[in-house]
Amino acid sequence: MTGEIENGTESNTEGDTGTERRRERMSRRSMLGLSGTGLIAGAAAGVGLDRTAFAKEGRPVSTEAVSFYGGHQAGIATPVQDRLHFAAFDVMTGDRAKLVRLLKEWTEAAAAMTAGRPVGDGAVGGLSVAPPDDTGEALGLPASRLTLTIGFGPGLFEKDGKDRFGLRAKRPAPLVDLPHFPGDNLDPARSGGDIAVQACADDPQVAVHAIRNLARIGFGTVAIRWSQLGFGKTSSTTPDAQTPRNLFGFKDGTENIAGTDADLLGKHVWAGRGDGAPWMAGGSYLVARRIRMHIEIWDRTPLGEQEDIIGRDKGEGAPAGAAREHDPVVLERLKRDSHVRLAHPGSNGGARILRRGYSFTDGTDGLGRLEAGLFFLAYQRDPRTGFVRIQQSLASDAMNEYIQHVGSGIFACPPGVRKGGYWGETLFA
Amino acid sequence: MRVAPYLAATGVAAVSMTLLAACGDGDGGKTRAGAIAVTATDKSCSVAKTDLTAGKVTFEITNKGSEVNEFEVLRPDGSILAERENIGPGTKTDFVTKLNPGSYTLLCSAGQTGKGPTTTVTVTGKAAGAGDPRLATAAAEYKTYVLAQVNDSYTRTEAFVAAVKAGDVAKAKELYAPSRIGWESVESVAEKFGDLDPRMDAREADLKPEERKNWSGWHLLEKALWKDGSVKGKEKYADQLLKDLGEVRTRLNTLTLDPVNDMAAGAKSLMDEVATGKVTGEEEAFSHTDLVDFKGNVDGAKKVYDLLRPIVRERDAALAADLDGGFKDVYDLLAKHEKNGSYVSYDTVGEADRKALSDAVNALGEPLSKLAKVVAG
Repeated sequence: MTGEIENGTESNTEGDTGTERRRERMSRRSMLGLSGTGLIAGAAAGVGLDRTAFAKEGRPVSTEAVSFYGGHQAGIATPVQDRLHFAAFDVMTGDRAKLVRLLKEWTEAAAAMTAGRPVGDGAVGGLSVAPPDDTGEALGLPASRLTLTIGFGPGLFEKDGKDRFGLRAKRPAPLVDLPHFPGDNLDPARSGGDIAVQACADDPQVAVHAIRNLARIGFGTVAIRWSQLGFGKTSSTTPDAQTPRNLFGFKDGTENIAGTDADLLGKHVWAGRGDGAPWMAGGSYLVARRIRMHIEIWDRTPLGEQEDIIGRDKGEGAPAGAAREHDPVVLERLKRDSHVRLAHPGSNGGARILRRGYSFTDGTDGLGRLEAGLFFLAYQRDPRTGFVRIQQSLASDAMNEYIQHVGSGIFACPPGVRKGGYWGETLFA
Repeated sequence: MRVAPYLAATGVAAVSMTLLAACGDGDGGKTRAGAIAVTATDKSCSVAKTDLTAGKVTFEITNKGSEVNEFEVLRPDGSILAERENIGPGTKTDFVTKLNPGSYTLLCSAGQTGKGPTTTVTVTGKAAGAGDPRLATAAAEYKTYVLAQVNDSYTRTEAFVAAVKAGDVAKAKELYAPSRIGWESVESVAEKFGDLDPRMDAREADLKPEERKNWSGWHLLEKALWKDGSVKGKEKYADQLLKDLGEVRTRLNTLTLDPVNDMAAGAKSLMDEVATGKVTGEEEAFSHTDLVDFKGNVDGAKKVYDLLRPIVRERDAALAADLDGGFKDVYDLLAKHEKNGSYVSYDTVGEADRKALSDAVNALGEPLSKLAKVVAG
């Protein structure tokens, strides 16, 4: 499966969003665009255009809202948006009721913001002597396909040997403390966190607004430990679409799990009821890694060597020995230490993860080097057989000379929220 | 820093201004439903409607004059109930406030001098929470506190100034931070004296190049003491500081303090001071006595909260609980840095401890910003 969705909706709530269906919807929309607006209402009722619509080119119309509610959280199988603001929080309170209160307040705010509405009573029209409930920088902007996805880190279940919230027994086995991988140079100030929130949107202002308002609501209960902005998605999940390039100029993550492939999602991404933690059924495990790229060194590397390191050609993105990007990878044709070969399911006992990472550039460091790289985000059913397995395989990756893992986090992302429910309800019930 | 409109808006002035009210050219333009159109020019202040209903009132103010305008709602005694500053020529702005039954004077002040044409409005209907007589009592008690704090600062500054003039660097260093505590605890009120505050408390880094030659006040002496190790030639600045502080004390007597703007909003701005200046170590760049100022700011905010707490508990018990917890956390953290009855030098406080202080200040500042809405009822 080399699918890369650039469109589609969450498969969980619309059971039949297969490729055929999506193509049909695309063409309908294109047709409507030509034949006038009178038909739109009827067509929308029929195929759910209120969820995610598509322009003629098949690209998502970024003004649309993605539903917050469903069996799975949005922001995992959802088509990858253009921008990211990711934040990891420490929980400052030991009071379980206070934490649950915050999760309920966050859920309410998240449902409003993802629908394109302001938080609480809004940003304007309130008393002049009081600060508005919403910070206001997203006023007038559409929902921009904002998704907010929450995950719980190991520290929520146990911190410094303490069972702060009575959750120790509920820690899922797949939520492991990640081992040290060769070459890791992790900065504690960019690692860990008791709770993570991933905000993805097609407009950076919308994503930043969302994290800013959640942080504000959280003051006193949680504090931001670290955060990361991402500007260019480095993977997508749409068949037939070209894979976006990373900052090395290559297409990587071509063999991603499609957000519409219910079989693969069920096998590799969604946690099952029988996986040992019933409260996680329908959820997923997120591994986040801040991967610094030694851009200047890479740029001095000869083209042939770059292509050997990756295992693909730079122009088309075809695997070594093939012609097109989505041609099958024949592992034996790739160098033994090439990145694609070592990361490939065929080298890892079939291990697969759903990647939705972003490029980042935080200006330059004190030495004038581009402070840039990949903010790697991968969702999987079990990190032990997913990320950990693949990352151990990558110990001999020729690319390691040009990258360094400098930040890290692992989070258990609970299942989706039903109307009237809240983030983490199955955990705290 | 801003000039206190309170100074111009004393009771007597307001009464005479009411007589000059230039009412009703009636041109409110297009106004949102429910909003009261106010049209200000340099010489007039017309209000579309003068019989208002108690509760939340939205004024839609249009400045058709050539100067920056300011809109004020005055009580019968001439004190300011609420205000909106910096309304530029040709601009329109919404101003939302809560009004209880009674008679109010609306003032448009072209040039923001606190003087200008007025219109009287009558508010009828059911009283909102702001009419609670306990608020007036709290405001009166707060004024007593403010005066006592400025007095304390004055007395300690007298001793500090004496040490500076005697050229006793060691003693002056010892007396410097304590001389500021009273001032820091009521900084939000003291800052209303836009002419005096910069003279007394400006930081060198905040000044424009042309302003630096006129720099004076506490921080000039701080730099001399800690950086130069000598206060020779600085005697005149010491004298000026004491004189300015004395004037603050005198002027404070004439102020009417308001439970919403001065107390609730003031308490929030005290925590803002901590968040922007103290936690970063910018305030006391040379002496590193930031934690002393920090404590002064927090004490001042706590005093406001203590005075308003019974009302806050009644109206929003959850907010009161957040504030109780927030103050406790900040004080607990501060206590970690106490040493011999004062605080450790801020340059010895590490990044992790600064982050903890910053988190606690945010955790307190956010609920504190909700106090004004609750007090306004």
